[in-house]
Amino acid sequence: MKKAFLYIILIGAAVLCLMPIVWMLSSSLMANGQSNVYPPRFLPDKFTLVQYKNLFSRLNIVKYFFNSVIVSVGVTIVSLFINSMAGYAFAKYRFSGEKSLFKLLLSFMIVPAQVTMLPLFLMLKYMGLINTYMAIVIPGMASVFGIFLIRQYLLAIPDSLIEAAKMDGANDFQIYFTLILPLAKPILITLAIFTFMGTWNDFLWPLIVMTNDSMYTLPVALANLMGEHNQDTELMMAGSVVTIIPVVLVFLSLQKYYIKGIMLGGVKG
Amino acid sequence: MKHQNKISAAYLFLTPALLAIFIFFLIPVAAALLMSFTDFDIYSLGNFSYARFVGLQNYIEIFKDPLFWQSLKNTFYFVIAGGPLSIAVSLAAALLLSSKLVKFKGIFRLVYFMPVVTTLVAVSILWRFIYHPRFGILNYLLGFIGVHPIDWLGNPHWAMPAIILMAVWKNFGYNMIIFIAGLQNIPEDLYEAANIEGASGWNKFKNITLPMLAPTTLFVSIITMIGYFQLFAEPYVMTQGGPLNSTLSIVLYMYQEGFRWWNMGYSAALAFILFFIILLISLIQLKLQKETAV
Repeated sequence: MKKAFLYIILIGAAVLCLMPIVWMLSSSLMANGQSNVYPPRFLPDKFTLVQYKNLFSRLNIVKYFFNSVIVSVGVTIVSLFINSMAGYAFAKYRFSGEKSLFKLLLSFMIVPAQVTMLPLFLMLKYMGLINTYMAIVIPGMASVFGIFLIRQYLLAIPDSLIEAAKMDGANDFQIYFTLILPLAKPILITLAIFTFMGTWNDFLWPLIVMTNDSMYTLPVALANLMGEHNQDTELMMAGSVVTIIPVVLVFLSLQKYYIKGIMLGGVKG
Repeated sequence: MKHQNKISAAYLFLTPALLAIFIFFLIPVAAALLMSFTDFDIYSLGNFSYARFVGLQNYIEIFKDPLFWQSLKNTFYFVIAGGPLSIAVSLAAALLLSSKLVKFKGIFRLVYFMPVVTTLVAVSILWRFIYHPRFGILNYLLGFIGVHPIDWLGNPHWAMPAIILMAVWKNFGYNMIIFIAGLQNIPEDLYEAANIEGASGWNKFKNITLPMLAPTTLFVSIITMIGYFQLFAEPYVMTQGGPLNSTLSIVLYMYQEGFRWWNMGYSAALAFILFFIILLISLIQLKLQKETAV
């Protein structure tokens, strides 16, 4: 009895979580105007890909998609290197001021990103980098959260492994590339997913630095389309589906790493 | 000699990150603080020397600005109603998924987590249609229990609750995962001891689960609060801050002042006020936590 009650709640909540997403998918497959009717339909009369066709032929979505891919992959690769090096230094080297430097970095996490945005915009403007991919990659290069995550993970790796590599004559950089990076693979994957998804889904910063239509990322493009195609529900839903599919696929294929990352960041924090 | 080497390698590994943080974080923070004491505007954009030092004038004007107070009120509404609500839903979901009676936990966890990974702008557009007064599915479903159609995003009383509802749907899965991890760390024998003494489910929750979860709850509260204070995309996409500024958030106001009207000095002051509010509330939460722990 209690069990049945539990399952009713669990399944009800699952329906509530998925219904909006399913409705998004379903109405993206409807012809124009079909989702603006009363009573609302949950399934199209006839499945059609006409909305997707419009997105690809008329609305330049391939370009937006490409922009999103470039900045998300770019930020992910660059930040992975920079953060893993710093995380490694904090985990496995002893130097003066190490602890206070790390604490100082952690304290930066409380500063909301909005504080830096105005001067950062001006800096990039005078470097001629507004409306370039670098405008998104540069501020994403280093992240305190990334450094923290890598450090926590590497602390658990025994020093004896590093000592052994040193005995074999490896220098610091060989150790980093051939020993540490392979050992840190799980946490690097976790951080890669976080960074990729974070950049893909980000809105405010791309909205500020990508003002030229040809440089829009998908969220910026969607928000702009909304202005012109306010009534074209089906088209907007198709655009939303295209936007969320990559992140959903990344999540579904690597969810184990993602969930672990949240737990690691959460329990330790 | 060897020791020397080791240290210089550490600095080499640290240099790219520290340099990036210094140039693209610390300098901008300092510059924003300076900027907040100037009248930096669209004319200064072409030539920085047009910006004049005006002391605390921006802050004084902000405190006299009704739109600022409105955006502050709206943001607090979102944080104070939305934050605890979404944490409560996260905790409830985590407790359900930690029950020994439940099977297929992985699948439920996955489903509850799906909204978290979706793109905020995309789901804001989606929910705009869900909230449509005539054709939206929410009003349709509410119609079955006799609720008259509500103009969710067009009515100043309902717009913020509508945004909160969407935010809870979108976000609860994240904190749920952290709570599940926290629940797993509670030693089983505490519950066994309570069972022997015949404690009720509610008593066990109140006397074991909640106190043992306190560090997790504090962490979750702080990150949720910091995130919720930065409310932006939802009102930008769904309401543009309306109707009647009922969903204008601090960050949206800051964005409009800074990047639409180029009143960058004023906007920088708004950003710092947001920062101090977040800082202050985080410190209060930490202090409360320490006091209750003693």
